[in-house]
Amino acid sequence: MLGSPLRSFVVAGLLLLGTPPALAADANDPWPGLVQDIFNNRPMNDGSDVIAIEMPGRAEDAAIVPVTLRTKLSPADSRQVRNITLVIDQNPAPMAAKFQLGPDARVSEISTRVRVNNYGDVHAVAELSDGQLYMVKTYVKASGGCSAPAAKVADESKNRLGQMRYRQFEKAGEGPASGTREAQIMIGHPNNSGLQMDQVTQLYTPAFFVNELRLWQDDSPVLSMEGGISISEDPNIRFTYVSNGAKRFRAEAKDTEGHVFEREWKTDNSGT
Amino acid sequence: MARVAWIAAALMMSVTATARAQQRELPVTSIADGIFVHTGVTAQMTRENDGAIANVGFIEGDDAIAVIDTGGSVREGRQLLAAIRARTNKPIRYVINTHGHPDHVFGNGAFVQDGTIFVGHTNLPRTLAARGKFYLDAFRRTMGDELIDEVRIVPPTLLVSGTLKLDLGRRPLVLRAWSAAHSDSDLTVFDEKTKTLFAGDLVFLAHTPVLDGSIRGWLGTLDELAALPAQRVVPGHGPVSEWPAALADERRYLQTLASDVRGLVKSGKPIATAGTAAGSERSRWELFDDFNTRNATAAFSEIEWE
Repeated sequence: MLGSPLRSFVVAGLLLLGTPPALAADANDPWPGLVQDIFNNRPMNDGSDVIAIEMPGRAEDAAIVPVTLRTKLSPADSRQVRNITLVIDQNPAPMAAKFQLGPDARVSEISTRVRVNNYGDVHAVAELSDGQLYMVKTYVKASGGCSAPAAKVADESKNRLGQMRYRQFEKAGEGPASGTREAQIMIGHPNNSGLQMDQVTQLYTPAFFVNELRLWQDDSPVLSMEGGISISEDPNIRFTYVSNGAKRFRAEAKDTEGHVFEREWKTDNSGT
Repeated sequence: MARVAWIAAALMMSVTATARAQQRELPVTSIADGIFVHTGVTAQMTRENDGAIANVGFIEGDDAIAVIDTGGSVREGRQLLAAIRARTNKPIRYVINTHGHPDHVFGNGAFVQDGTIFVGHTNLPRTLAARGKFYLDAFRRTMGDELIDEVRIVPPTLLVSGTLKLDLGRRPLVLRAWSAAHSDSDLTVFDEKTKTLFAGDLVFLAHTPVLDGSIRGWLGTLDELAALPAQRVVPGHGPVSEWPAALADERRYLQTLASDVRGLVKSGKPIATAGTAAGSERSRWELFDDFNTRNATAAFSEIEWE
Protein backbone atom coordinates (compact mmCIF):
# COMPACT_ATOMS: atom_id res chain seq x y z
CA MET A 1 0.00 0.00 0.00
CA LEU A 2 2.76 2.35 0.94
CA GLY A 3 4.97 0.89 -1.75
CA SER A 4 3.55 2.68 -4.69
CA PRO A 5 3.73 6.34 -3.59
CA LEU A 6 7.12 5.75 -1.97
CA ARG A 7 8.40 4.25 -5.17
CA SER A 8 7.17 7.19 -7.24
CA PHE A 9 8.87 9.53 -4.82
CA VAL A 10 12.16 7.67 -5.17
CA VAL A 11 11.89 7.59 -8.95
CA ALA A 12 11.10 11.30 -9.05
CA GLY A 13 14.10 11.94 -6.81
CA LEU A 14 16.34 9.91 -9.07
CA LEU A 15 15.12 11.74 -12.12
CA LEU A 16 15.94 15.03 -10.45
CA LEU A 17 19.42 13.79 -9.69
CA GLY A 18 20.08 12.75 -13.26
CA THR A 19 21.13 9.19 -14.02
CA PRO A 20 19.41 6.68 -11.75
CA PRO A 21 22.37 5.06 -10.01
CA ALA A 22 20.56 1.76 -9.56
CA LEU A 23 20.16 1.42 -13.32
CA ALA A 24 23.81 2.07 -14.16
CA ALA A 25 26.11 -0.93 -14.36
CA ASP A 26 28.57 0.87 -12.13
CA ALA A 27 27.42 3.79 -10.02
CA ASN A 28 30.78 5.54 -10.56
CA ASP A 29 30.72 5.11 -14.31
CA PRO A 30 30.25 8.61 -15.77
CA TRP A 31 29.31 7.30 -19.22
CA PRO A 32 25.51 7.07 -18.79
CA GLY A 33 25.48 10.68 -17.60
CA LEU A 34 27.67 11.71 -20.50
CA VAL A 35 25.35 9.98 -22.99
CA GLN A 36 22.58 12.10 -21.55
CA ASP A 37 24.52 15.37 -21.48
CA ILE A 38 26.39 15.11 -24.77
CA PHE A 39 24.11 12.88 -26.88
CA ASN A 40 20.72 13.70 -25.41
CA ASN A 41 20.30 10.04 -24.42
CA ARG A 42 20.10 8.85 -28.02
CA PRO A 43 20.58 5.09 -28.39
CA MET A 44 24.16 3.90 -28.80
CA ASN A 45 24.80 1.08 -31.28
CA ASP A 46 27.87 -1.11 -31.22
CA GLY A 47 30.37 0.69 -33.43
CA SER A 48 33.03 -1.98 -33.79
CA ASP A 49 32.24 -2.44 -37.50
CA VAL A 50 32.04 1.29 -38.08
CA ILE A 51 35.02 2.97 -36.40
CA ALA A 52 38.14 2.09 -34.44
CA ILE A 53 39.84 4.03 -31.68
CA GLU A 54 43.53 3.54 -30.96
CA MET A 55 45.29 4.87 -27.88
CA PRO A 56 48.17 3.57 -25.80
CA GLY A 57 46.99 1.53 -22.79
CA ARG A 58 48.85 3.95 -20.57
CA ALA A 59 49.10 7.72 -20.94
CA GLU A 60 52.89 8.02 -20.91
CA ASP A 61 52.87 11.80 -20.97
CA ALA A 62 49.58 12.97 -19.43
CA ALA A 63 49.67 16.16 -21.51
CA ILE A 64 50.23 14.49 -24.88
CA VAL A 65 48.41 11.20 -25.43
CA PRO A 66 48.11 10.18 -29.08
CA VAL A 67 44.68 9.07 -30.29
CA THR A 68 43.72 7.76 -33.72
CA LEU A 69 40.17 7.37 -35.05
CA ARG A 70 39.71 5.23 -38.13
CA THR A 71 36.59 4.59 -40.17
CA LYS A 72 35.89 0.94 -40.97
CA LEU A 73 32.89 1.09 -43.30
CA SER A 74 33.46 -1.05 -46.39
CA PRO A 75 33.48 0.75 -49.74
CA ALA A 76 30.25 -1.11 -50.58
CA ASP A 77 28.45 0.41 -47.58
CA SER A 78 26.14 3.19 -48.68
CA ARG A 79 26.36 4.93 -45.32
CA GLN A 80 28.87 7.71 -44.57
CA VAL A 81 30.42 8.86 -41.34
CA ARG A 82 29.15 12.39 -40.74
CA ASN A 83 30.92 13.17 -37.49
CA ILE A 84 32.89 11.57 -34.68
CA THR A 85 32.78 12.75 -31.07
CA LEU A 86 35.69 11.94 -28.78
CA VAL A 87 34.87 11.72 -25.07
CA ILE A 88 37.46 11.27 -22.30
CA ASP A 89 35.12 10.21 -19.53
CA GLN A 90 37.19 11.15 -16.48
CA ASN A 91 38.57 14.50 -17.66
CA PRO A 92 37.30 17.80 -16.19
CA ALA A 93 35.83 18.57 -19.64
CA PRO A 94 35.02 15.10 -21.01
CA MET A 95 33.97 16.14 -24.52
CA ALA A 96 37.40 16.46 -26.08
CA ALA A 97 36.43 17.09 -29.69
CA LYS A 98 33.77 16.69 -32.32
CA PHE A 99 35.04 16.12 -35.84
CA GLN A 100 32.79 16.85 -38.85
CA LEU A 101 33.91 14.93 -41.91
CA GLY A 102 33.61 16.75 -45.23
CA PRO A 103 30.87 15.10 -47.33
CA ASP A 104 33.16 14.69 -50.34
CA ALA A 105 36.57 14.30 -48.66
CA ARG A 106 36.24 10.61 -47.70
CA VAL A 107 38.26 11.13 -44.51
CA SER A 108 39.29 7.69 -43.29
CA GLU A 109 41.63 8.48 -40.41
CA ILE A 110 42.09 11.27 -37.87
CA SER A 111 44.88 11.44 -35.30
CA THR A 112 45.31 14.03 -32.59
CA ARG A 113 46.72 14.35 -29.06
CA VAL A 114 44.78 14.75 -25.87
CA ARG A 115 45.26 15.28 -22.17
CA VAL A 116 44.34 12.37 -19.92
CA ASN A 117 43.82 13.25 -16.25
CA ASN A 118 42.78 9.94 -14.77
CA TYR A 119 42.19 6.25 -15.31
CA GLY A 120 39.11 5.69 -17.44
CA ASP A 121 37.31 4.97 -20.67
CA VAL A 122 37.73 7.02 -23.80
CA HIS A 123 34.72 6.78 -26.12
CA ALA A 124 34.44 7.56 -29.81
CA VAL A 125 30.90 7.99 -31.13
CA ALA A 126 30.29 8.17 -34.86
CA GLU A 127 27.11 9.57 -36.33
CA LEU A 128 26.36 8.01 -39.69
CA SER A 129 24.27 9.24 -42.57
CA ASP A 130 21.58 6.79 -41.38
CA GLY A 131 21.14 9.11 -38.39
CA GLN A 132 22.31 6.48 -35.90
CA LEU A 133 25.10 6.71 -33.33
CA TYR A 134 27.80 4.03 -33.17
CA MET A 135 30.14 3.79 -30.18
CA VAL A 136 33.52 2.20 -29.49
CA LYS A 137 35.71 2.65 -26.45
CA THR A 138 39.14 1.97 -25.06
CA TYR A 139 40.54 2.10 -21.54
CA VAL A 140 43.50 4.33 -20.74
CA LYS A 141 45.49 4.34 -17.51
CA ALA A 142 46.69 7.69 -16.25
CA SER A 143 50.40 8.37 -16.40
CA GLY A 144 52.73 7.60 -13.52
CA GLY A 145 55.45 9.77 -12.03
CA CYS A 146 55.45 13.52 -12.20
CA SER A 147 53.78 13.79 -15.61
CA ALA A 148 50.89 16.28 -15.52
CA PRO A 149 48.30 17.33 -18.08
CA ALA A 150 49.51 20.95 -17.80
CA ALA A 151 51.97 22.77 -20.05
CA LYS A 152 55.63 21.87 -19.59
CA VAL A 153 56.95 25.29 -20.44
CA ALA A 154 54.19 27.74 -19.76
CA ASP A 155 55.57 30.51 -21.97
CA GLU A 156 56.59 28.44 -24.96
CA SER A 157 53.28 28.02 -26.73
CA LYS A 158 52.37 31.65 -26.06
CA ASN A 159 55.47 32.53 -28.05
CA ARG A 160 54.15 30.68 -31.08
CA LEU A 161 50.51 31.65 -30.65
CA GLY A 162 48.73 31.39 -33.95
CA GLN A 163 51.60 29.90 -35.95
CA MET A 164 50.22 27.31 -38.35
CA ARG A 165 52.02 24.57 -40.21
CA TYR A 166 50.84 22.19 -42.89
CA ARG A 167 52.63 19.04 -43.90
CA GLN A 168 51.75 16.38 -46.43
CA PHE A 169 53.04 12.85 -45.94
CA GLU A 170 53.92 10.11 -48.33
CA LYS A 171 51.22 7.46 -48.07
CA ALA A 172 52.86 4.05 -48.07
CA GLY A 173 51.68 1.78 -50.85
CA GLU A 174 49.55 4.46 -52.49
CA GLY A 175 50.61 5.89 -55.82
CA PRO A 176 49.74 9.47 -56.72
CA ALA A 177 46.89 8.19 -58.90
CA SER A 178 44.92 6.92 -55.88
CA GLY A 179 44.24 10.47 -54.71
CA THR A 180 44.57 9.38 -51.09
CA ARG A 181 46.48 11.96 -49.10
CA GLU A 182 47.77 12.13 -45.56
CA ALA A 183 48.38 15.57 -44.11
CA GLN A 184 48.86 17.37 -40.82
CA ILE A 185 47.94 20.76 -39.42
CA MET A 186 49.74 22.17 -36.38
CA ILE A 187 48.59 25.30 -34.53
CA GLY A 188 50.72 27.02 -31.91
CA HIS A 189 48.40 27.61 -28.99
CA PRO A 190 48.62 27.04 -25.20
CA ASN A 191 45.15 25.46 -25.21
CA ASN A 192 45.10 26.33 -21.55
CA SER A 193 42.67 24.46 -19.36
CA GLY A 194 41.92 27.36 -17.05
CA LEU A 195 41.86 24.92 -14.14
CA GLN A 196 44.89 26.41 -12.41
CA MET A 197 44.50 28.68 -9.42
CA ASP A 198 46.71 31.69 -8.89
CA GLN A 199 48.18 31.26 -5.39
CA VAL A 200 48.20 35.00 -4.74
CA THR A 201 44.82 36.08 -6.05
CA GLN A 202 43.08 32.71 -5.47
CA LEU A 203 41.45 33.21 -8.86
CA TYR A 204 41.41 30.71 -11.67
CA THR A 205 43.16 31.61 -14.91
CA PRO A 206 40.49 31.83 -17.60
CA ALA A 207 40.49 28.94 -20.07
CA PHE A 208 42.09 29.86 -23.39
CA PHE A 209 41.82 27.30 -26.15
CA VAL A 210 41.14 26.64 -29.82
CA ASN A 211 37.42 25.89 -30.04
CA GLU A 212 37.03 25.66 -33.77
CA LEU A 213 39.22 24.47 -36.61
CA ARG A 214 38.11 24.13 -40.25
CA LEU A 215 40.06 22.66 -43.14
CA TRP A 216 39.28 22.89 -46.86
CA GLN A 217 40.76 21.68 -50.14
CA ASP A 218 40.01 24.64 -52.40
CA ASP A 219 36.46 25.44 -51.25
CA SER A 220 35.42 21.93 -50.34
CA PRO A 221 35.37 21.14 -46.60
CA VAL A 222 37.69 18.30 -45.58
CA LEU A 223 37.41 18.23 -41.84
CA SER A 224 36.43 20.48 -38.98
CA MET A 225 36.91 20.17 -35.28
CA GLU A 226 35.00 21.65 -32.40
CA GLY A 227 37.54 21.36 -29.60
CA GLY A 228 37.89 21.76 -25.87
CA ILE A 229 40.56 21.88 -23.20
CA SER A 230 41.24 18.15 -23.40
CA ILE A 231 43.07 18.73 -26.69
CA SER A 232 46.81 19.05 -26.02
CA GLU A 233 48.60 22.37 -26.32
CA ASP A 234 49.68 23.21 -29.87
CA PRO A 235 46.72 21.33 -31.40
CA ASN A 236 47.87 18.86 -34.02
CA ILE A 237 45.55 17.03 -36.40
CA ARG A 238 46.84 14.42 -38.81
CA PHE A 239 44.31 12.97 -41.24
CA THR A 240 43.84 10.87 -44.35
CA TYR A 241 41.44 12.00 -47.07
CA VAL A 242 40.93 11.82 -50.82
CA SER A 243 42.12 14.73 -52.91
CA ASN A 244 39.69 16.33 -55.34
CA GLY A 245 42.64 17.67 -57.30
CA ALA A 246 42.57 20.95 -55.40
CA LYS A 247 45.54 23.28 -55.73
CA ARG A 248 45.14 24.87 -52.31
CA PHE A 249 44.71 23.67 -48.77
CA ARG A 250 43.20 26.14 -46.33
CA ALA A 251 42.88 26.20 -42.53
CA GLU A 252 40.98 28.50 -40.21
CA ALA A 253 41.14 28.30 -36.43
CA LYS A 254 39.30 30.32 -33.81
CA ASP A 255 39.99 30.48 -30.10
CA THR A 256 38.00 31.41 -27.01
CA GLU A 257 39.39 34.96 -27.01
CA GLY A 258 38.07 35.55 -30.51
CA HIS A 259 41.39 35.30 -32.35
CA VAL A 260 41.04 33.98 -35.87
CA PHE A 261 44.06 32.30 -37.44
CA GLU A 262 43.96 31.61 -41.17
CA ARG A 263 46.44 30.18 -43.61
CA GLU A 264 46.56 28.68 -47.03
CA TRP A 265 49.11 26.39 -48.64
CA LYS A 266 49.67 25.04 -52.12
CA THR A 267 49.07 21.31 -52.18
CA ASP A 268 51.59 18.94 -53.62
CA ASN A 269 49.64 16.88 -56.10
CA SER A 270 52.37 14.36 -56.59
CA GLY A 271 50.83 12.73 -53.55
CA THR A 272 53.93 12.96 -51.38
CA MET B 1 55.08 -24.01 -1.87
CA ALA B 2 55.13 -21.05 -4.20
CA ARG B 3 52.15 -19.67 -2.35
CA VAL B 4 53.85 -20.02 1.04
CA ALA B 5 56.93 -18.27 -0.30
CA TRP B 6 54.75 -15.49 -1.68
CA ILE B 7 53.01 -14.97 1.65
CA ALA B 8 56.35 -14.98 3.46
CA ALA B 9 57.70 -12.39 1.04
CA ALA B 10 54.60 -10.24 1.49
CA LEU B 11 54.93 -10.45 5.27
CA MET B 12 58.59 -9.48 5.11
CA MET B 13 57.76 -6.53 2.88
CA SER B 14 55.11 -5.32 5.28
CA VAL B 15 57.48 -5.71 8.24
CA THR B 16 60.10 -3.67 6.37
CA ALA B 17 57.54 -1.00 5.51
CA THR B 18 56.38 -0.78 9.11
CA ALA B 19 59.96 -0.52 10.33
CA ARG B 20 60.58 2.29 7.91
CA ALA B 21 57.43 4.12 8.94
CA GLN B 22 58.50 4.00 12.57
CA GLN B 23 62.07 4.98 11.88
CA ARG B 24 62.45 8.52 13.09
CA GLU B 25 65.52 9.69 11.23
CA LEU B 26 66.14 9.59 7.53
CA PRO B 27 69.53 7.94 6.94
CA VAL B 28 71.94 10.63 5.75
CA THR B 29 75.61 10.53 4.83
CA SER B 30 78.12 13.31 5.27
CA ILE B 31 79.46 13.79 1.74
CA ALA B 32 81.59 16.88 2.48
CA ASP B 33 82.23 19.14 5.45
CA GLY B 34 78.81 20.20 6.78
CA ILE B 35 76.83 18.60 3.94
CA PHE B 36 74.51 15.66 4.51
CA VAL B 37 72.61 13.75 1.86
CA HIS B 38 69.98 11.05 1.79
CA THR B 39 70.16 9.04 -1.43
CA GLY B 40 66.66 8.10 -2.60
CA VAL B 41 65.79 4.65 -3.93
CA THR B 42 65.56 4.38 -7.71
CA ALA B 43 61.85 3.64 -8.00
CA GLN B 44 58.45 5.26 -8.54
CA MET B 45 56.83 6.86 -5.47
CA THR B 46 54.74 4.29 -3.62
CA ARG B 47 53.01 3.69 -0.33
CA GLU B 48 55.82 1.29 0.60
CA ASN B 49 58.74 3.69 0.01
CA ASP B 50 57.07 6.81 1.50
CA GLY B 51 57.83 8.58 -1.79
CA ALA B 52 61.48 8.73 -0.70
CA ILE B 53 62.93 8.38 -4.20
CA ALA B 54 64.79 11.66 -4.69
CA ASN B 55 68.04 12.80 -3.15
CA VAL B 56 67.47 15.31 -0.36
CA GLY B 57 69.99 16.98 1.93
CA PHE B 58 71.06 19.87 4.09
CA ILE B 59 73.98 22.24 4.50
CA GLU B 60 75.14 23.59 7.84
CA GLY B 61 76.67 27.07 8.20
CA ASP B 62 77.94 28.81 11.35
CA ASP B 63 74.52 30.31 12.00
CA ALA B 64 71.89 28.33 10.16
CA ILE B 65 70.83 25.39 8.05
CA ALA B 66 69.58 25.22 4.48
CA VAL B 67 67.49 22.21 3.46
CA ILE B 68 67.64 21.25 -0.20
CA ASP B 69 64.48 19.44 -1.23
CA THR B 70 62.17 17.85 1.29
CA GLY B 71 61.21 14.51 -0.21
CA GLY B 72 58.09 12.79 -1.47
CA SER B 73 55.90 12.87 1.64
CA VAL B 74 55.52 14.83 4.87
CA ARG B 75 56.62 11.64 6.58
CA GLU B 76 59.93 11.73 4.71
CA GLY B 77 60.21 15.46 5.45
CA ARG B 78 59.73 14.82 9.17
CA GLN B 79 62.39 12.13 9.10
CA LEU B 80 64.77 14.53 7.35
CA LEU B 81 64.01 17.12 10.03
CA ALA B 82 64.77 14.49 12.70
CA ALA B 83 68.10 13.72 11.00
CA ILE B 84 68.95 17.43 11.12
CA ARG B 85 67.91 17.80 14.78
CA ALA B 86 70.01 14.77 15.72
CA ARG B 87 73.04 16.75 14.57
CA THR B 88 72.37 20.42 15.28
CA ASN B 89 69.94 22.83 16.90
CA LYS B 90 70.73 25.68 14.52
CA PRO B 91 67.66 27.25 12.93
CA ILE B 92 66.53 26.11 9.49
CA ARG B 93 66.62 29.42 7.68
CA TYR B 94 65.98 28.23 4.14
CA VAL B 95 64.15 25.38 2.45
CA ILE B 96 65.26 25.37 -1.17
CA ASN B 97 63.21 23.47 -3.74
CA THR B 98 65.21 22.53 -6.84
CA HIS B 99 61.94 22.33 -8.87
CA GLY B 100 58.27 21.46 -8.46
CA HIS B 101 58.06 17.68 -8.76
CA PRO B 102 56.30 15.80 -5.96
CA ASP B 103 59.31 13.69 -4.95
CA HIS B 104 61.16 16.94 -4.15
CA VAL B 105 58.42 19.13 -2.62
CA PHE B 106 55.82 16.90 -0.93
CA GLY B 107 57.85 17.03 2.30
CA ASN B 108 57.72 20.86 2.48
CA GLY B 109 54.91 20.72 5.03
CA ALA B 110 57.27 19.28 7.66
CA PHE B 111 59.37 22.48 7.58
CA VAL B 112 56.70 25.18 7.77
CA GLN B 113 57.47 27.38 10.78
CA ASP B 114 58.28 31.00 11.62
CA GLY B 115 61.70 32.00 10.41
CA THR B 116 61.95 29.40 7.66
CA ILE B 117 61.93 30.85 4.15
CA PHE B 118 60.95 28.69 1.17
CA VAL B 119 63.11 29.42 -1.86
CA GLY B 120 62.52 28.47 -5.49
CA HIS B 121 62.74 29.39 -9.15
CA THR B 122 60.63 32.36 -10.17
CA ASN B 123 58.43 29.98 -12.20
CA LEU B 124 57.87 27.58 -9.30
CA PRO B 125 54.74 29.20 -7.81
CA ARG B 126 53.05 29.02 -11.23
CA THR B 127 54.08 25.39 -11.69
CA LEU B 128 52.72 24.42 -8.28
CA ALA B 129 49.50 26.34 -8.93
CA ALA B 130 49.00 24.54 -12.24
CA ARG B 131 49.90 21.08 -11.04
CA GLY B 132 49.57 20.87 -7.26
CA LYS B 133 46.04 19.55 -7.09
CA PHE B 134 46.61 17.13 -9.95
CA TYR B 135 49.70 15.74 -8.20
CA LEU B 136 47.81 15.22 -4.95
CA ASP B 137 45.05 13.32 -6.75
CA ALA B 138 47.47 11.27 -8.86
CA PHE B 139 49.75 10.25 -6.01
CA ARG B 140 46.84 9.39 -3.74
CA ARG B 141 46.32 6.44 -6.09
CA THR B 142 49.85 5.07 -5.63
CA MET B 143 50.72 6.32 -2.14
CA GLY B 144 47.38 6.13 -0.36
CA ASP B 145 45.37 8.49 1.86
CA GLU B 146 47.57 8.19 4.94
CA LEU B 147 50.64 9.69 3.25
CA ILE B 148 48.83 12.14 0.97
CA ASP B 149 46.25 13.56 3.42
CA GLU B 150 48.93 15.54 5.25
CA VAL B 151 50.74 16.86 2.15
CA ARG B 152 50.41 20.61 1.66
CA ILE B 153 51.57 22.44 -1.44
CA VAL B 154 53.92 25.10 -0.03
CA PRO B 155 55.04 27.57 -2.71
CA PRO B 156 58.29 29.52 -2.31
CA THR B 157 58.22 33.15 -1.18
CA LEU B 158 61.86 33.95 -1.98
CA LEU B 159 62.05 33.65 -5.76
CA VAL B 160 65.19 33.30 -7.83
CA SER B 161 65.72 34.51 -11.38
CA GLY B 162 69.31 34.62 -12.54
CA THR B 163 71.44 34.01 -9.45
CA LEU B 164 71.02 34.65 -5.74
CA LYS B 165 73.57 34.36 -2.95
CA LEU B 166 72.47 33.13 0.48
CA ASP B 167 74.71 32.98 3.53
CA LEU B 168 74.31 30.50 6.35
CA GLY B 169 77.14 32.11 8.35
CA ARG B 170 80.56 31.89 6.71
CA ARG B 171 78.89 29.56 4.25
CA PRO B 172 77.83 31.27 1.02
CA LEU B 173 75.51 29.37 -1.30
CA VAL B 174 75.03 30.42 -4.90
CA LEU B 175 71.55 29.63 -6.24
CA ARG B 176 70.99 29.72 -9.95
CA ALA B 177 67.71 29.59 -11.85
CA TRP B 178 67.88 27.91 -15.26
CA SER B 179 65.73 28.32 -18.33
CA ALA B 180 63.45 25.36 -19.18
CA ALA B 181 65.43 22.11 -19.20
CA HIS B 182 64.38 19.14 -17.02
CA SER B 183 61.40 21.29 -16.01
CA ASP B 184 60.62 24.98 -16.28
CA SER B 185 61.58 25.68 -12.66
CA ASP B 186 65.07 24.15 -12.32
CA LEU B 187 67.28 25.67 -9.63
CA THR B 188 70.81 24.61 -8.63
CA VAL B 189 72.62 25.25 -5.35
CA PHE B 190 76.40 25.59 -5.26
CA ASP B 191 78.27 25.43 -1.97
CA GLU B 192 81.41 27.54 -2.45
CA LYS B 193 83.17 26.16 0.62
CA THR B 194 83.28 22.51 -0.50
CA LYS B 195 82.60 23.02 -4.21
CA THR B 196 79.55 20.80 -4.02
CA LEU B 197 76.74 21.24 -6.54
CA PHE B 198 73.17 20.28 -5.72
CA ALA B 199 71.88 19.92 -9.26
CA GLY B 200 68.31 18.78 -8.63
CA ASP B 201 66.91 16.91 -11.60
CA LEU B 202 69.15 18.72 -14.06
CA VAL B 203 71.38 15.71 -13.40
CA PHE B 204 70.31 12.08 -13.34
CA LEU B 205 72.52 9.05 -12.79
CA ALA B 206 71.28 5.45 -12.98
CA HIS B 207 67.60 6.61 -12.98
CA THR B 208 66.43 7.29 -16.57
CA PRO B 209 66.43 11.07 -17.04
CA VAL B 210 62.90 12.47 -17.02
CA LEU B 211 61.96 15.18 -19.50
CA ASP B 212 59.27 17.55 -18.27
CA GLY B 213 60.57 20.80 -19.73
CA SER B 214 62.47 21.21 -22.97
CA ILE B 215 64.88 18.74 -24.55
CA ARG B 216 66.54 21.46 -26.56
CA GLY B 217 66.74 23.65 -23.48
CA TRP B 218 68.20 20.83 -21.40
CA LEU B 219 70.85 19.96 -24.00
CA GLY B 220 71.61 23.67 -24.23
CA THR B 221 72.34 23.98 -20.49
CA LEU B 222 74.74 21.05 -20.27
CA ASP B 223 77.89 22.92 -21.30
CA GLU B 224 77.17 25.75 -18.91
CA LEU B 225 76.40 23.28 -16.14
CA ALA B 226 79.60 21.35 -16.83
CA ALA B 227 81.59 24.58 -16.55
CA LEU B 228 80.49 25.18 -12.93
CA PRO B 229 83.59 24.88 -10.72
CA ALA B 230 82.24 21.96 -8.69
CA GLN B 231 84.18 18.94 -7.51
CA ARG B 232 81.16 16.76 -6.84
CA VAL B 233 77.48 16.72 -7.61
CA VAL B 234 74.43 15.68 -5.67
CA PRO B 235 72.14 14.70 -8.57
CA GLY B 236 68.38 14.66 -8.20
CA HIS B 237 68.51 10.88 -8.55
CA GLY B 238 71.47 8.51 -8.37
CA PRO B 239 74.72 8.48 -6.41
CA VAL B 240 76.76 11.51 -5.41
CA SER B 241 79.45 11.64 -8.10
CA GLU B 242 82.48 13.47 -9.43
CA TRP B 243 81.94 16.60 -11.48
CA PRO B 244 81.65 17.05 -14.39
CA ALA B 245 82.18 13.39 -15.31
CA ALA B 246 78.75 12.69 -13.79
CA LEU B 247 77.09 14.44 -16.76
CA ALA B 248 78.34 12.04 -19.43
CA ASP B 249 75.58 9.41 -19.32
CA GLU B 250 72.78 11.93 -19.26
CA ARG B 251 74.30 13.93 -22.11
CA ARG B 252 74.57 10.78 -24.24
CA TYR B 253 70.96 9.80 -23.48
CA LEU B 254 69.52 13.22 -24.27
CA GLN B 255 71.56 13.55 -27.46
CA THR B 256 70.47 10.09 -28.62
CA LEU B 257 66.85 10.84 -27.81
CA ALA B 258 66.88 14.16 -29.66
CA SER B 259 68.64 12.70 -32.67
CA ASP B 260 66.36 9.64 -32.93
CA VAL B 261 63.24 11.78 -32.53
CA ARG B 262 64.50 14.16 -35.23
CA GLY B 263 64.82 11.16 -37.52
CA LEU B 264 61.23 10.08 -36.82
CA VAL B 265 59.86 13.57 -37.43
CA LYS B 266 61.86 13.97 -40.61
CA SER B 267 60.64 10.67 -42.06
CA GLY B 268 57.01 11.57 -41.33
CA LYS B 269 56.38 9.03 -38.57
CA PRO B 270 53.46 9.79 -36.24
CA ILE B 271 53.99 10.71 -32.58
CA ALA B 272 52.61 7.32 -31.50
CA THR B 273 55.89 5.79 -32.71
CA ALA B 274 58.04 8.11 -30.57
CA GLY B 275 58.75 5.40 -27.98
CA THR B 276 61.10 3.66 -30.39
CA ALA B 277 63.59 6.52 -29.97
CA ALA B 278 66.68 6.02 -27.79
CA GLY B 279 66.16 2.25 -27.76
CA SER B 280 69.95 1.85 -27.78
CA GLU B 281 69.96 3.33 -24.26
CA ARG B 282 67.62 0.76 -22.69
CA SER B 283 70.29 -1.41 -21.03
CA ARG B 284 72.10 1.58 -19.55
CA TRP B 285 69.36 2.92 -17.26
CA GLU B 286 66.94 1.88 -14.56
CA LEU B 287 63.18 2.56 -15.00
CA PHE B 288 63.76 2.97 -18.74
CA ASP B 289 60.34 1.57 -19.72
CA ASP B 290 58.64 3.81 -17.17
CA PHE B 291 60.02 7.01 -18.65
CA ASN B 292 61.52 6.68 -22.12
CA THR B 293 58.29 6.71 -24.16
CA ARG B 294 57.10 9.65 -22.17
CA ASN B 295 60.36 11.53 -22.76
CA ALA B 296 60.26 10.70 -26.45
CA THR B 297 56.64 11.86 -26.76
CA ALA B 298 57.47 15.18 -25.11
CA ALA B 299 60.62 15.56 -27.24
CA PHE B 300 58.63 14.78 -30.41
CA SER B 301 56.06 17.51 -29.68
CA GLU B 302 58.90 19.99 -29.26
CA ILE B 303 61.20 18.93 -32.10
CA GLU B 304 58.41 18.86 -34.70
CA TRP B 305 58.26 22.67 -34.37
CA GLU B 306 61.93 23.08 -35.38
